[in-house]
Amino acid sequence: MTIIATKALTKTYGGGVTALADLTVEVDAGVIGLVGANGAGKSTFIKIMLGLLAPSAGDVRVFGIDPVTETDKVRARVGYMPENDALPPDVSASEFVTHMGRLSGLPKTAARERASEALRHVGLYEERYRQIGGYSTGMKQRVKLAQALVHDPDLLLLDEPTNGLDPAGRDAMLTLIHRIGNEFGISVVVCSHLLGEVERICDSLIAIEGGRLLRADRIDRMTAASDVLAVEVSEGTDELAAALRAAGFAVTPEGRLLLVPLDSDSAYDRILQAVAELDLPLHRLDQRRHRVAELFTTKETADV
Amino acid sequence: MSDAGVIHDIGYQRYQGPRLGRRAVFSSLYQHGLRAAFGFGRSAKSKIFPWGVAAIALLVAVINAAVRSQTGTWLFDYYSFADSMSWLVIFFVAIVAPELVSRDLRSGVLPLYFSRPLRAFDYVSAKVAALVTAAWLLLGVPQFIMFLGGAFTTKTGMKGVWHELGLLLPGWAYSLLWALVFASISLLIASLTGKRAFAAGGIVAVFLMTTPVVGVLSVLPSDTSRHLAGLASPMSLIAGVEAWLRGRGDLGIDVGDFGVIYGIEAFCLIFACLLLLLARYRKVAAL
Repeated sequence: MTIIATKALTKTYGGGVTALADLTVEVDAGVIGLVGANGAGKSTFIKIMLGLLAPSAGDVRVFGIDPVTETDKVRARVGYMPENDALPPDVSASEFVTHMGRLSGLPKTAARERASEALRHVGLYEERYRQIGGYSTGMKQRVKLAQALVHDPDLLLLDEPTNGLDPAGRDAMLTLIHRIGNEFGISVVVCSHLLGEVERICDSLIAIEGGRLLRADRIDRMTAASDVLAVEVSEGTDELAAALRAAGFAVTPEGRLLLVPLDSDSAYDRILQAVAELDLPLHRLDQRRHRVAELFTTKETADV
Repeated sequence: MSDAGVIHDIGYQRYQGPRLGRRAVFSSLYQHGLRAAFGFGRSAKSKIFPWGVAAIALLVAVINAAVRSQTGTWLFDYYSFADSMSWLVIFFVAIVAPELVSRDLRSGVLPLYFSRPLRAFDYVSAKVAALVTAAWLLLGVPQFIMFLGGAFTTKTGMKGVWHELGLLLPGWAYSLLWALVFASISLLIASLTGKRAFAAGGIVAVFLMTTPVVGVLSVLPSDTSRHLAGLASPMSLIAGVEAWLRGRGDLGIDVGDFGVIYGIEAFCLIFACLLLLLARYRKVAAL
Protein backbone atom coordinates (compact mmCIF):
# COMPACT_ATOMS: atom_id res chain seq x y z
CA MET A 1 0.00 0.00 0.00
CA THR A 2 1.37 3.39 -0.96
CA ILE A 3 1.21 5.80 1.96
CA ILE A 4 3.16 8.76 0.62
CA ALA A 5 3.30 9.80 -3.00
CA THR A 6 4.82 12.95 -4.39
CA LYS A 7 4.99 14.19 -7.92
CA ALA A 8 7.61 16.78 -8.92
CA LEU A 9 7.39 18.26 -5.43
CA THR A 10 9.24 21.56 -5.21
CA LYS A 11 9.60 24.00 -2.37
CA THR A 12 11.36 27.30 -2.76
CA TYR A 13 11.56 29.63 0.20
CA GLY A 14 11.44 33.36 -0.17
CA GLY A 15 14.87 34.60 -1.16
CA GLY A 16 15.35 31.87 -3.72
CA VAL A 17 16.48 29.08 -1.40
CA THR A 18 15.42 25.77 -2.89
CA ALA A 19 14.66 23.24 -0.20
CA LEU A 20 13.10 20.58 -2.39
CA ALA A 21 13.51 20.25 -6.12
CA ASP A 22 11.41 18.05 -8.33
CA LEU A 23 10.99 15.26 -5.81
CA THR A 24 9.02 12.35 -7.15
CA VAL A 25 8.72 9.37 -4.88
CA GLU A 26 6.25 6.66 -3.85
CA VAL A 27 6.58 5.00 -0.49
CA ASP A 28 5.01 1.80 0.79
CA ALA A 29 3.90 1.21 4.36
CA GLY A 30 6.57 0.14 6.83
CA VAL A 31 9.51 1.82 8.46
CA ILE A 32 10.93 4.35 6.05
CA GLY A 33 14.27 6.04 6.47
CA LEU A 34 14.57 9.57 5.14
CA VAL A 35 18.27 10.28 4.97
CA GLY A 36 20.28 13.23 3.84
CA ALA A 37 22.81 15.68 5.17
CA ASN A 38 21.75 18.61 7.30
CA GLY A 39 19.88 21.03 5.11
CA ALA A 40 19.05 18.40 2.51
CA GLY A 41 15.36 19.17 2.80
CA LYS A 42 14.20 16.45 5.17
CA SER A 43 12.41 18.73 7.60
CA THR A 44 10.83 20.69 4.76
CA PHE A 45 9.49 17.45 3.30
CA ILE A 46 7.97 16.49 6.65
CA LYS A 47 6.41 19.92 7.11
CA ILE A 48 4.84 19.72 3.68
CA MET A 49 3.38 16.33 4.51
CA LEU A 50 1.86 17.84 7.67
CA GLY A 51 0.37 20.74 5.76
CA LEU A 52 2.50 23.21 7.71
CA LEU A 53 4.11 24.43 4.51
CA ALA A 54 2.53 24.62 1.10
CA PRO A 55 4.65 23.29 -1.76
CA SER A 56 5.71 25.83 -4.38
CA ALA A 57 4.98 23.34 -7.14
CA GLY A 58 4.13 19.71 -7.56
CA ASP A 59 1.81 17.39 -5.77
CA VAL A 60 1.86 15.47 -2.52
CA ARG A 61 -0.50 12.81 -1.20
CA VAL A 62 -0.46 11.17 2.22
CA PHE A 63 -2.80 8.15 2.38
CA GLY A 64 -4.17 9.47 -0.88
CA ILE A 65 -5.20 12.74 0.79
CA ASP A 66 -3.81 16.11 -0.16
CA PRO A 67 -2.35 17.76 2.97
CA VAL A 68 -2.63 21.19 1.37
CA THR A 69 -6.39 21.15 0.95
CA GLU A 70 -7.49 18.54 3.49
CA THR A 71 -5.02 19.31 6.23
CA ASP A 72 -7.16 18.13 9.13
CA LYS A 73 -7.82 14.72 7.61
CA VAL A 74 -4.13 14.10 7.13
CA ARG A 75 -3.15 15.44 10.55
CA ALA A 76 -5.70 13.25 12.30
CA ARG A 77 -3.85 10.20 10.94
CA VAL A 78 -0.31 11.44 11.41
CA GLY A 79 1.81 11.88 14.53
CA TYR A 80 4.73 14.28 14.45
CA MET A 81 7.85 14.36 16.60
CA PRO A 82 9.88 17.48 15.93
CA GLU A 83 13.62 17.74 16.09
CA ASN A 84 13.84 20.59 18.59
CA ASP A 85 12.97 20.80 22.22
CA ALA A 86 9.22 20.96 22.39
CA LEU A 87 8.23 20.25 25.96
CA PRO A 88 7.12 22.55 28.77
CA PRO A 89 9.30 21.90 31.83
CA ASP A 90 6.74 22.56 34.55
CA VAL A 91 4.12 19.88 33.92
CA SER A 92 4.20 16.12 34.32
CA ALA A 93 4.60 13.90 31.29
CA SER A 94 1.23 12.33 31.98
CA GLU A 95 -0.54 15.66 32.05
CA PHE A 96 1.25 16.94 28.98
CA VAL A 97 0.56 13.90 26.83
CA THR A 98 -3.07 13.90 27.97
CA HIS A 99 -3.35 17.53 26.92
CA MET A 100 -1.85 16.75 23.52
CA GLY A 101 -4.29 13.87 23.16
CA ARG A 102 -7.21 16.18 23.78
CA LEU A 103 -5.83 18.63 21.24
CA SER A 104 -5.84 15.75 18.76
CA GLY A 105 -9.56 15.39 19.33
CA LEU A 106 -9.72 12.58 21.86
CA PRO A 107 -12.44 12.83 24.52
CA LYS A 108 -11.22 13.51 28.04
CA THR A 109 -11.15 10.01 29.51
CA ALA A 110 -9.88 8.45 26.29
CA ALA A 111 -7.07 11.01 26.20
CA ARG A 112 -6.05 10.09 29.72
CA GLU A 113 -6.09 6.36 28.99
CA ARG A 114 -4.24 6.70 25.71
CA ALA A 115 -1.66 8.98 27.35
CA SER A 116 -0.69 6.42 29.95
CA GLU A 117 -0.75 3.71 27.27
CA ALA A 118 1.57 5.73 25.05
CA LEU A 119 3.90 6.51 27.94
CA ARG A 120 3.95 2.83 28.89
CA HIS A 121 4.90 1.86 25.34
CA VAL A 122 7.80 4.28 25.26
CA GLY A 123 8.96 3.01 28.66
CA LEU A 124 8.08 5.95 30.89
CA TYR A 125 5.30 4.41 32.92
CA GLU A 126 6.91 4.73 36.33
CA GLU A 127 8.13 8.28 35.89
CA ARG A 128 5.04 9.71 34.24
CA TYR A 129 3.93 11.87 37.17
CA ARG A 130 7.25 13.64 37.47
CA GLN A 131 7.78 17.08 35.97
CA ILE A 132 9.32 17.00 32.51
CA GLY A 133 11.94 19.57 33.50
CA GLY A 134 13.65 16.92 35.62
CA TYR A 135 13.90 14.38 32.79
CA SER A 136 17.06 13.32 31.00
CA THR A 137 17.42 13.95 27.26
CA GLY A 138 16.53 10.36 26.52
CA MET A 139 13.37 10.56 28.57
CA LYS A 140 12.38 13.82 26.90
CA GLN A 141 12.75 12.20 23.49
CA ARG A 142 10.45 9.45 24.70
CA VAL A 143 7.85 11.95 25.84
CA LYS A 144 8.00 13.55 22.40
CA LEU A 145 7.45 10.14 20.86
CA ALA A 146 4.58 9.41 23.26
CA GLN A 147 2.76 12.62 22.34
CA ALA A 148 3.06 11.67 18.67
CA LEU A 149 1.56 8.25 19.43
CA VAL A 150 -1.21 9.35 21.76
CA HIS A 151 -3.96 9.72 19.15
CA ASP A 152 -3.13 6.37 17.52
CA PRO A 153 -1.93 7.68 14.14
CA ASP A 154 -1.39 5.51 11.07
CA LEU A 155 1.85 7.25 10.27
CA LEU A 156 4.55 8.69 12.50
CA LEU A 157 6.90 11.38 11.24
CA LEU A 158 10.00 11.40 13.41
CA ASP A 159 12.50 14.19 12.84
CA GLU A 160 15.93 13.10 14.10
CA PRO A 161 14.59 10.95 16.96
CA THR A 162 18.05 9.92 18.14
CA ASN A 163 19.38 13.47 18.37
CA GLY A 164 21.42 14.06 21.48
CA LEU A 165 21.21 10.49 22.76
CA ASP A 166 24.12 8.41 23.97
CA PRO A 167 24.82 5.08 22.18
CA ALA A 168 22.68 3.09 24.60
CA GLY A 169 19.84 5.60 24.30
CA ARG A 170 20.18 5.52 20.53
CA ASP A 171 19.86 1.75 20.45
CA ALA A 172 16.86 1.82 22.74
CA MET A 173 15.15 4.48 20.62
CA LEU A 174 15.84 2.59 17.39
CA THR A 175 14.54 -0.65 18.87
CA LEU A 176 11.42 1.16 19.97
CA ILE A 177 10.86 2.63 16.51
CA HIS A 178 11.38 -0.80 14.97
CA ARG A 179 8.74 -2.20 17.34
CA ILE A 180 6.28 0.56 16.51
CA GLY A 181 6.70 -0.16 12.82
CA ASN A 182 6.49 -3.92 13.06
CA GLU A 183 4.31 -4.74 16.05
CA PHE A 184 2.03 -1.73 16.35
CA GLY A 185 1.17 -1.64 12.68
CA ILE A 186 2.03 2.04 12.35
CA SER A 187 4.15 3.23 9.47
CA VAL A 188 7.09 5.36 10.49
CA VAL A 189 9.17 7.87 8.60
CA VAL A 190 12.49 8.30 10.40
CA CYS A 191 14.53 11.32 9.47
CA SER A 192 18.22 11.07 10.07
CA HIS A 193 21.55 12.20 8.79
CA LEU A 194 23.09 8.96 10.02
CA LEU A 195 22.58 6.28 7.41
CA GLY A 196 24.01 3.44 9.47
CA GLU A 197 21.42 4.09 12.09
CA VAL A 198 18.33 3.96 9.94
CA GLU A 199 19.41 1.10 7.70
CA ARG A 200 19.24 -1.18 10.73
CA ILE A 201 15.55 -0.61 11.30
CA CYS A 202 14.10 0.50 7.99
CA ASP A 203 12.28 -1.44 5.31
CA SER A 204 12.88 1.19 2.71
CA LEU A 205 14.99 4.23 2.27
CA ILE A 206 14.63 7.64 0.67
CA ALA A 207 17.90 9.47 0.24
CA ILE A 208 17.82 13.14 -0.65
CA GLU A 209 20.59 15.58 -1.20
CA GLY A 210 20.25 19.29 -1.77
CA GLY A 211 16.50 18.82 -2.12
CA ARG A 212 16.87 16.25 -4.91
CA LEU A 213 16.08 12.58 -4.73
CA LEU A 214 19.21 10.46 -4.74
CA ARG A 215 17.52 7.14 -4.47
CA ALA A 216 14.37 5.57 -3.07
CA ASP A 217 13.92 1.86 -2.81
CA ARG A 218 13.45 -1.05 -0.47
CA ILE A 219 16.56 -1.83 1.56
CA ASP A 220 16.70 -5.48 0.47
CA ARG A 221 16.55 -4.43 -3.16
CA MET A 222 19.32 -1.92 -2.63
CA THR A 223 21.63 -4.48 -1.14
CA ALA A 224 20.58 -7.51 -3.22
CA ALA A 225 22.42 -6.78 -6.44
CA SER A 226 25.30 -5.17 -4.73
CA ASP A 227 27.35 -8.05 -3.42
CA VAL A 228 31.01 -7.93 -4.30
CA LEU A 229 33.72 -10.52 -4.28
CA ALA A 230 37.00 -9.48 -2.77
CA VAL A 231 39.88 -11.33 -4.43
CA GLU A 232 43.43 -11.26 -3.14
CA VAL A 233 46.29 -12.94 -4.94
CA SER A 234 49.86 -13.06 -3.63
CA GLU A 235 51.26 -11.79 -6.91
CA GLY A 236 50.03 -10.72 -10.34
CA THR A 237 47.27 -8.48 -9.08
CA ASP A 238 47.51 -6.23 -12.12
CA GLU A 239 47.42 -9.14 -14.56
CA LEU A 240 44.34 -10.50 -12.89
CA ALA A 241 42.69 -7.10 -12.97
CA ALA A 242 43.39 -6.82 -16.68
CA ALA A 243 42.07 -10.32 -17.30
CA LEU A 244 38.89 -9.65 -15.34
CA ARG A 245 38.33 -6.38 -17.12
CA ALA A 246 38.74 -8.18 -20.40
CA ALA A 247 36.08 -10.60 -19.20
CA GLY A 248 33.72 -7.68 -18.70
CA PHE A 249 33.92 -7.09 -14.93
CA ALA A 250 34.09 -3.62 -13.41
CA VAL A 251 37.07 -4.19 -11.18
CA THR A 252 38.00 -1.75 -8.43
CA PRO A 253 41.41 -2.18 -6.83
CA GLU A 254 41.38 -1.54 -3.11
CA GLY A 255 44.84 -1.85 -1.64
CA ARG A 256 45.97 -5.39 -2.37
CA LEU A 257 42.42 -6.47 -2.98
CA LEU A 258 40.41 -6.49 -6.13
CA LEU A 259 36.72 -5.79 -5.65
CA VAL A 260 34.61 -7.45 -8.32
CA PRO A 261 30.84 -6.98 -8.38
CA LEU A 262 28.86 -10.20 -8.53
CA ASP A 263 26.36 -9.15 -11.11
CA SER A 264 25.19 -12.59 -12.19
CA ASP A 265 25.07 -16.16 -10.92
CA SER A 266 27.91 -17.27 -13.15
CA ALA A 267 30.17 -14.40 -12.12
CA TYR A 268 31.67 -16.31 -9.22
CA ASP A 269 32.75 -19.22 -11.42
CA ARG A 270 34.10 -16.95 -14.12
CA ILE A 271 36.26 -15.05 -11.64
CA LEU A 272 37.66 -18.27 -10.25
CA GLN A 273 38.31 -19.47 -13.77
CA ALA A 274 40.24 -16.30 -14.57
CA VAL A 275 42.44 -16.83 -11.52
CA ALA A 276 43.02 -20.47 -12.46
CA GLU A 277 43.87 -19.65 -16.09
CA LEU A 278 46.55 -17.16 -15.02
CA ASP A 279 47.76 -19.73 -12.50
CA LEU A 280 48.03 -17.16 -9.73
CA PRO A 281 48.44 -18.07 -6.04
CA LEU A 282 45.05 -17.26 -4.60
CA HIS A 283 45.31 -15.82 -1.14
CA ARG A 284 41.81 -14.81 -0.22
CA LEU A 285 38.37 -14.88 -1.71
CA ASP A 286 35.41 -13.52 0.21
CA GLN A 287 31.98 -12.35 -0.59
CA ARG A 288 31.03 -9.01 0.87
CA ARG A 289 27.62 -7.55 1.34
CA HIS A 290 27.52 -3.89 0.54
CA ARG A 291 26.34 -1.66 3.30
CA VAL A 292 23.83 0.89 2.14
CA ALA A 293 26.23 3.65 3.03
CA GLU A 294 28.68 2.46 0.39
CA LEU A 295 25.96 2.64 -2.22
CA PHE A 296 25.62 6.30 -1.63
CA THR A 297 29.30 7.07 -1.43
CA THR A 298 29.93 5.47 -4.82
CA LYS A 299 26.87 7.21 -6.20
CA GLU A 300 27.95 10.54 -4.82
CA THR A 301 31.48 10.28 -6.11
CA ALA A 302 30.03 9.31 -9.47
CA ASP A 303 27.99 12.51 -9.39
CA VAL A 304 31.02 14.71 -8.86
CA MET B 1 5.57 -21.06 27.48
CA SER B 2 4.13 -18.61 29.95
CA ASP B 3 5.82 -18.54 33.31
CA ALA B 4 4.06 -17.50 36.43
CA GLY B 5 5.26 -14.14 37.66
CA VAL B 6 6.02 -12.77 34.25
CA ILE B 7 4.24 -9.57 33.42
CA HIS B 8 2.78 -9.98 29.99
CA ASP B 9 2.98 -7.17 27.55
CA ILE B 10 -0.57 -6.79 26.39
CA GLY B 11 0.70 -5.16 23.25
CA TYR B 12 -0.41 -2.11 21.40
CA GLN B 13 -4.12 -1.41 21.19
CA ARG B 14 -5.50 0.60 18.33
CA TYR B 15 -7.91 3.39 19.27
CA GLN B 16 -11.41 2.77 17.95
CA GLY B 17 -13.29 5.47 19.82
CA PRO B 18 -14.60 8.79 18.56
CA ARG B 19 -12.36 11.58 17.33
CA LEU B 20 -13.78 15.01 18.00
CA GLY B 21 -13.53 17.98 15.71
CA ARG B 22 -12.04 21.42 15.94
CA ARG B 23 -14.74 22.70 18.28
CA ALA B 24 -13.86 20.16 20.94
CA VAL B 25 -10.18 20.93 20.45
CA PHE B 26 -10.93 24.62 20.86
CA SER B 27 -12.89 24.07 24.05
CA SER B 28 -10.21 21.89 25.58
CA LEU B 29 -7.59 24.51 24.79
CA TYR B 30 -9.88 27.17 26.27
CA GLN B 31 -10.41 25.19 29.46
CA HIS B 32 -6.71 24.51 29.68
CA GLY B 33 -5.99 28.23 29.38
CA LEU B 34 -8.61 29.22 31.92
CA ARG B 35 -7.28 26.68 34.41
CA ALA B 36 -3.73 27.85 33.81
CA ALA B 37 -4.81 31.47 34.42
CA PHE B 38 -5.71 30.58 37.99
CA GLY B 39 -2.81 28.16 38.42
CA PHE B 40 -4.82 24.94 38.36
CA GLY B 41 -2.75 22.01 37.23
CA ARG B 42 0.38 24.01 38.01
CA SER B 43 2.57 24.21 41.06
CA ALA B 44 1.38 25.86 44.28
CA LYS B 45 3.72 28.76 43.53
CA SER B 46 1.84 29.73 40.41
CA LYS B 47 -1.44 29.87 42.34
CA ILE B 48 -0.22 32.55 44.75
CA PHE B 49 -0.45 35.54 42.47
CA PRO B 50 -3.81 35.05 40.72
CA TRP B 51 -5.51 34.03 43.92
CA GLY B 52 -3.91 36.90 45.84
CA VAL B 53 -5.31 39.35 43.30
CA ALA B 54 -8.70 37.64 43.38
CA ALA B 55 -8.69 37.78 47.18
CA ILE B 56 -8.07 41.53 47.19
CA ALA B 57 -10.88 42.13 44.70
CA LEU B 58 -13.24 39.95 46.72
CA LEU B 59 -12.29 41.66 49.96
CA VAL B 60 -12.97 45.10 48.50
CA ALA B 61 -16.34 43.88 47.23
CA VAL B 62 -17.28 42.41 50.60
CA ILE B 63 -16.29 45.59 52.45
CA ASN B 64 -18.20 47.63 49.90
CA ALA B 65 -21.31 45.48 50.32
CA ALA B 66 -21.01 45.61 54.11
CA VAL B 67 -20.60 49.40 54.24
CA ARG B 68 -23.52 49.84 51.91
CA SER B 69 -25.83 47.60 53.90
CA GLN B 70 -24.93 49.41 57.12
CA THR B 71 -24.88 53.02 56.00
CA GLY B 72 -26.76 52.90 52.72
CA THR B 73 -24.01 54.74 50.82
CA TRP B 74 -21.82 53.26 48.08
CA LEU B 75 -18.09 53.24 48.40
CA PHE B 76 -18.07 52.16 44.75
CA ASP B 77 -20.92 51.50 42.38
CA TYR B 78 -20.55 48.69 39.85
CA TYR B 79 -18.77 50.90 37.34
CA SER B 80 -16.37 52.58 39.67
CA PHE B 81 -15.56 49.23 41.21
CA ALA B 82 -14.23 48.09 37.83
CA ASP B 83 -12.44 51.41 37.39
CA SER B 84 -10.75 51.31 40.75
CA MET B 85 -9.75 47.70 40.35
CA SER B 86 -8.18 48.38 36.95
CA TRP B 87 -4.60 48.38 38.22
CA LEU B 88 -5.22 45.07 39.86
CA VAL B 89 -6.52 43.73 36.54
CA ILE B 90 -3.44 45.08 34.77
CA PHE B 91 -1.13 43.23 37.11
CA PHE B 92 -3.27 40.16 36.73
CA VAL B 93 -3.11 40.14 32.91
CA ALA B 94 0.57 41.07 33.03
CA ILE B 95 1.25 37.81 34.84
CA VAL B 96 -1.37 35.61 33.23
CA ALA B 97 -1.01 36.61 29.54
CA PRO B 98 2.67 35.53 29.43
CA GLU B 99 1.66 32.38 31.28
CA LEU B 100 -0.79 31.65 28.47
CA VAL B 101 1.28 32.47 25.39
CA SER B 102 4.94 33.24 26.17
CA ARG B 103 5.26 29.92 27.91
CA ASP B 104 4.22 28.07 24.76
CA LEU B 105 6.67 30.07 22.67
CA ARG B 106 9.48 29.46 25.11
CA SER B 107 9.05 25.71 25.45
CA GLY B 108 8.69 25.27 21.68
CA VAL B 109 5.46 23.37 22.10
CA LEU B 110 3.74 25.21 19.23
CA PRO B 111 4.97 22.89 16.46
CA LEU B 112 3.25 20.09 18.37
CA TYR B 113 0.03 22.09 18.57
CA PHE B 114 0.02 23.13 14.95
CA SER B 115 0.76 19.66 13.62
CA ARG B 116 -2.67 18.71 14.92
CA PRO B 117 -6.07 19.67 13.53
CA LEU B 118 -5.74 23.07 15.18
CA ARG B 119 -5.37 26.36 13.35
CA ALA B 120 -3.75 29.62 14.33
CA PHE B 121 -7.26 31.06 14.56
CA ASP B 122 -8.38 28.38 17.03
CA TYR B 123 -5.30 28.85 19.14
CA VAL B 124 -5.57 32.63 19.27
CA SER B 125 -9.30 32.69 19.93
CA ALA B 126 -9.02 30.04 22.66
CA LYS B 127 -6.28 32.00 24.41
CA VAL B 128 -8.12 35.32 24.08
CA ALA B 129 -11.35 33.77 25.31
CA ALA B 130 -9.56 32.21 28.27
CA LEU B 131 -7.91 35.47 29.33
CA VAL B 132 -11.05 37.54 28.78
CA THR B 133 -13.00 35.07 30.90
CA ALA B 134 -10.36 35.08 33.61
CA ALA B 135 -10.14 38.88 33.76
CA TRP B 136 -13.92 39.18 33.64
CA LEU B 137 -14.33 36.69 36.48
CA LEU B 138 -11.86 38.73 38.48
CA LEU B 139 -14.25 41.72 38.27
CA GLY B 140 -17.56 39.99 37.72
CA VAL B 141 -17.54 37.72 40.75
CA PRO B 142 -16.89 40.57 43.23
CA GLN B 143 -19.57 42.60 41.44
CA PHE B 144 -21.92 39.68 41.94
CA ILE B 145 -21.08 39.69 45.65
CA MET B 146 -21.89 43.38 45.73
CA PHE B 147 -25.18 42.53 44.03
CA LEU B 148 -25.95 39.84 46.60
CA GLY B 149 -25.21 42.30 49.37
CA GLY B 150 -27.49 44.86 47.77
CA ALA B 151 -30.25 42.39 46.93
CA PHE B 152 -30.45 40.86 50.38
CA THR B 153 -30.53 44.16 52.21
CA THR B 154 -32.95 45.92 49.89
CA LYS B 155 -35.94 47.46 51.64
CA THR B 156 -38.27 47.46 48.69
CA GLY B 157 -38.66 43.68 48.24
CA MET B 158 -38.58 42.12 44.80
CA LYS B 159 -38.65 45.48 43.09
CA GLY B 160 -35.43 46.37 44.83
CA VAL B 161 -33.82 43.14 43.61
CA TRP B 162 -34.80 43.89 40.01
CA HIS B 163 -33.50 47.40 40.37
CA GLU B 164 -30.22 46.03 41.71
CA LEU B 165 -30.02 43.56 38.83
CA GLY B 166 -30.56 46.43 36.43
CA LEU B 167 -27.45 48.01 37.90
CA LEU B 168 -25.43 44.80 37.93
CA LEU B 169 -25.88 43.80 34.28
CA PRO B 170 -24.41 46.97 32.75
CA GLY B 171 -21.70 46.71 35.38
CA TRP B 172 -20.91 43.24 34.11
CA ALA B 173 -20.91 44.48 30.53
CA TYR B 174 -18.51 47.23 31.55
CA SER B 175 -16.21 44.67 33.18
CA LEU B 176 -16.33 42.69 29.96
CA LEU B 177 -15.13 45.75 28.08
CA TRP B 178 -12.22 46.10 30.49
CA ALA B 179 -11.41 42.42 30.14
CA LEU B 180 -11.51 42.57 26.33
CA VAL B 181 -9.21 45.58 26.09
CA PHE B 182 -6.72 44.27 28.61
CA ALA B 183 -6.71 40.73 27.26
CA SER B 184 -6.18 41.69 23.64
CA ILE B 185 -3.41 44.20 24.35
CA SER B 186 -1.56 42.02 26.84
CA LEU B 187 -1.76 38.87 24.71
CA LEU B 188 -0.41 40.75 21.73
CA ILE B 189 2.58 41.98 23.74
CA ALA B 190 3.15 38.61 25.38
CA SER B 191 3.07 36.82 22.03
CA LEU B 192 6.15 38.77 20.91
CA THR B 193 8.54 37.24 23.41
CA GLY B 194 9.16 33.87 24.97
CA LYS B 195 10.51 35.40 28.14
CA ARG B 196 7.77 35.73 30.68
CA ALA B 197 9.46 38.47 32.70
CA PHE B 198 9.98 40.63 29.60
CA ALA B 199 6.41 40.12 28.55
CA ALA B 200 5.06 41.05 31.98
CA GLY B 201 7.28 44.13 32.10
CA GLY B 202 6.21 45.14 28.61
CA ILE B 203 2.54 44.85 29.42
CA VAL B 204 2.77 46.92 32.58
CA ALA B 205 4.94 49.44 30.74
CA VAL B 206 2.39 49.96 27.97
CA PHE B 207 -0.33 50.76 30.47
CA LEU B 208 1.97 52.75 32.74
CA MET B 209 3.67 54.86 30.07
CA THR B 210 0.49 55.95 28.35
CA THR B 211 -1.08 57.38 31.50
CA PRO B 212 1.22 60.46 31.76
CA VAL B 213 0.51 61.23 28.09
CA VAL B 214 -3.14 61.63 28.98
CA GLY B 215 -2.15 63.91 31.85
CA VAL B 216 -0.07 66.15 29.59
CA LEU B 217 -2.70 66.33 26.85
CA SER B 218 -5.48 67.14 29.25
CA VAL B 219 -3.76 70.24 30.64
CA LEU B 220 -3.17 71.75 27.19
CA PRO B 221 -5.16 74.97 26.83
CA SER B 222 -7.55 73.61 24.24
CA ASP B 223 -10.97 72.11 24.87
CA THR B 224 -10.61 69.70 21.98
CA SER B 225 -7.31 68.32 23.16
CA ARG B 226 -8.73 68.03 26.66
CA HIS B 227 -11.71 66.09 25.35
CA LEU B 228 -9.54 63.83 23.22
CA ALA B 229 -6.75 63.33 25.76
CA GLY B 230 -8.25 60.12 27.07
CA LEU B 231 -7.71 58.38 23.76
CA ALA B 232 -4.00 58.13 24.46
CA SER B 233 -4.23 55.51 27.17
CA PRO B 234 -6.29 52.30 27.23
CA MET B 235 -7.48 53.02 30.74
CA SER B 236 -8.79 56.53 30.12
CA LEU B 237 -10.15 55.24 26.83
CA ILE B 238 -12.46 52.85 28.64
CA ALA B 239 -13.42 55.51 31.18
CA GLY B 240 -14.22 57.68 28.17
CA VAL B 241 -16.42 55.00 26.66
CA GLU B 242 -18.26 54.78 29.96
CA ALA B 243 -18.71 58.54 30.07
CA TRP B 244 -20.01 58.47 26.50
CA LEU B 245 -22.44 55.60 26.99
CA ARG B 246 -23.78 56.91 30.28
CA GLY B 247 -23.80 60.50 29.05
CA ARG B 248 -21.95 61.71 32.12
CA GLY B 249 -19.25 64.35 32.25
CA ASP B 250 -18.48 64.02 35.94
CA LEU B 251 -16.58 60.74 35.92
CA GLY B 252 -13.06 62.13 36.09
CA ILE B 253 -12.87 62.39 32.32
CA ASP B 254 -14.64 64.89 30.15
CA VAL B 255 -15.15 63.63 26.61
CA GLY B 256 -17.26 66.56 25.47
CA ASP B 257 -18.94 65.73 22.16
CA PHE B 258 -16.26 63.26 21.18
CA GLY B 259 -17.70 60.29 23.05
CA VAL B 260 -18.40 58.36 19.89
CA ILE B 261 -14.72 58.56 18.96
CA TYR B 262 -13.90 56.81 22.20
CA GLY B 263 -16.30 54.04 21.28
CA ILE B 264 -14.84 53.68 17.81
CA GLU B 265 -11.29 53.65 19.09
CA ALA B 266 -12.04 51.06 21.74
CA PHE B 267 -13.58 48.82 19.11
CA CYS B 268 -10.75 49.37 16.65
CA LEU B 269 -8.11 48.83 19.32
CA ILE B 270 -9.51 45.46 20.32
CA PHE B 271 -10.03 44.45 16.73
CA ALA B 272 -6.55 45.53 15.63
CA CYS B 273 -4.87 43.73 18.52
CA LEU B 274 -6.71 40.53 17.72
CA LEU B 275 -5.86 40.78 14.03
CA LEU B 276 -2.19 41.38 14.77
CA LEU B 277 -2.21 38.48 17.18
CA LEU B 278 -3.71 36.27 14.50
CA ALA B 279 -1.17 37.46 11.94
CA ARG B 280 1.59 36.70 14.39
CA TYR B 281 0.38 33.14 14.91
CA ARG B 282 -0.25 32.57 11.22
CA LYS B 283 3.49 33.06 10.89
CA VAL B 284 4.38 30.93 13.89
CA ALA B 285 2.10 28.13 12.77
CA ALA B 286 3.89 27.84 9.47
CA LEU B 287 7.25 27.12 11.06
